Amino acid sequence: MSTLTIALPSTEAPARGRLLRWNDSLTRFALSWPFPLAVLLAWYLAAEYEWLPPQILPPPAMVATTFVELMQTGELPDNLWISLWRVLAGFLAGGLGGLALGVLMGLSPTAKDYLYPTFRLIAQVPSIGWLPLLMMLVGIGEALKIILISKAAFVPIALNTYKGLQGVSTRFIEVARVYRFTRWQLLAKVVFPAALPQIWNGIRYGLTHAWLALVAVELLASSEGLGFMIVYGRQLYQLDVVLAAVVVVGAIGFTLDKLLAVIEQRLLRWRRDGF
Amino acid sequence: MTTSTEIADLRRIVRGATLPAFLFAIWWAAFHFEWTDTVMFVPIGKVWETAVRLSDNGYLWRSLGASLARDLAGFALGSTIGFAAGIALGLSRLLENLVGPTLHTIKQISLFAWIPLISVWFGLGDTAKVVFLSLAAFFPVVLNTFEGIRSVPRELIEVGRVFALTPLQMLRRVVLPAALPSIFAGVHLALIYAWLATLGAEYLLTSGIGIGNLLTDGREHLWMDQVLLGIVVVGFVGFALNLVATRIESRLLRWRGTSTGQY
Repeated sequence: MSTLTIALPSTEAPARGRLLRWNDSLTRFALSWPFPLAVLLAWYLAAEYEWLPPQILPPPAMVATTFVELMQTGELPDNLWISLWRVLAGFLAGGLGGLALGVLMGLSPTAKDYLYPTFRLIAQVPSIGWLPLLMMLVGIGEALKIILISKAAFVPIALNTYKGLQGVSTRFIEVARVYRFTRWQLLAKVVFPAALPQIWNGIRYGLTHAWLALVAVELLASSEGLGFMIVYGRQLYQLDVVLAAVVVVGAIGFTLDKLLAVIEQRLLRWRRDGF
Repeated sequence: MTTSTEIADLRRIVRGATLPAFLFAIWWAAFHFEWTDTVMFVPIGKVWETAVRLSDNGYLWRSLGASLARDLAGFALGSTIGFAAGIALGLSRLLENLVGPTLHTIKQISLFAWIPLISVWFGLGDTAKVVFLSLAAFFPVVLNTFEGIRSVPRELIEVGRVFALTPLQMLRRVVLPAALPSIFAGVHLALIYAWLATLGAEYLLTSGIGIGNLLTDGREHLWMDQVLLGIVVVGFVGFALNLVATRIESRLLRWRGTSTGQY
């Protein structure tokens, strides 16, 4: 504990001329590099001195070369596009369905009574649990991937849309009554804007889950896509291919999430202007 | 003596049961009127028979036991490491700046993509599965523990300073209790992810037994009854884990309502 100082919000103004200002973006950026570089160096040394055989741990340079090669031959871009197309199609199908069901259950208590228990039952079993059954019903073609990814996106979007709409405070609604809004004005100007943050949360979860489901289904039942590249590389003990594909999987996951975060900021700004 | 709320409750139950009942009726009718060939499609009764058969010969329980043992081992390991790492990152700005960005980058790699790599490094047996499960449980716990510690209200810290608490006392008496709801949210997520990961690991690393193997086995032989049974078990375990987590959560956080401030 002696070297760990408890860094808690300081009660006094920060002293000027301190060596490190934690919130300084340059400081943060500079400090983010030593650790990954150290890992890279350890990896390089482990491969260089053959502490581990190359099938188990290919040197970093080899992974980089393989990555460039796979880009040039088109193998990586081709598989990447297939994966992206699948995730987009599944996310759109599942997302639109989820939005529709969420809106229906959020606005109509009767519909909620009829549909919610069944929805909970289906949602209780994770997407990956449905996979064997779906494989039996629709085979291992494109339909399987799209259905599974749709289901993964559908559940969080439907759930959060429903909860968000249901949670709109009655106070808001009373204000709208005072203003004598029509039913449509009430929905468009009050209910939906108020529920938007939670609906958007659901959409973000939906995309994350869709990407998870895509990788899972491509690892288990596919002959193309990023997940297939990982499995195929693993079978041939070409760990450089596996690592290159894993890096791309991480990069895409990161980009998708960032994209939605940026859109969210836009949406919320629009919301502030709306009031 | 039925009150209006009882009638409303009853109506809700009837409405909720309508759709499942309708689906079951179609399923039953499909057999009764012989609309399908029965190679893959099984009658409802057959699923129950299979459940009884696999329960009696112990296969179901051995599979479930193996899966749960793996699940809990990986969950315990991953969430413990995650908890320790989350505290370290929460308390030290230096450590957060050094390791945080890398952690957030690695977190983005879709969970299942790790399995092939882990299988090369740790083989195809239980070790690899538990390593993978720990990884699945680690991320939600480390992130939520860190967030929880960072969002401790300043007033509480000041009170601790007034009492001249040592750093360790501050951590035990002030910081951790205040961060507990967030930490628990992470643990709860870790439970869910570990169960997901258990299935994924058993699908991909097919050695040994488990619920995932029971499902894979049923699919390969086109035994729809066994697959449906597996799905019911998966859902039930997820439900039970959720229930347990929610119970413990509400019990542990009960003190928050009535702060007695006793030492």
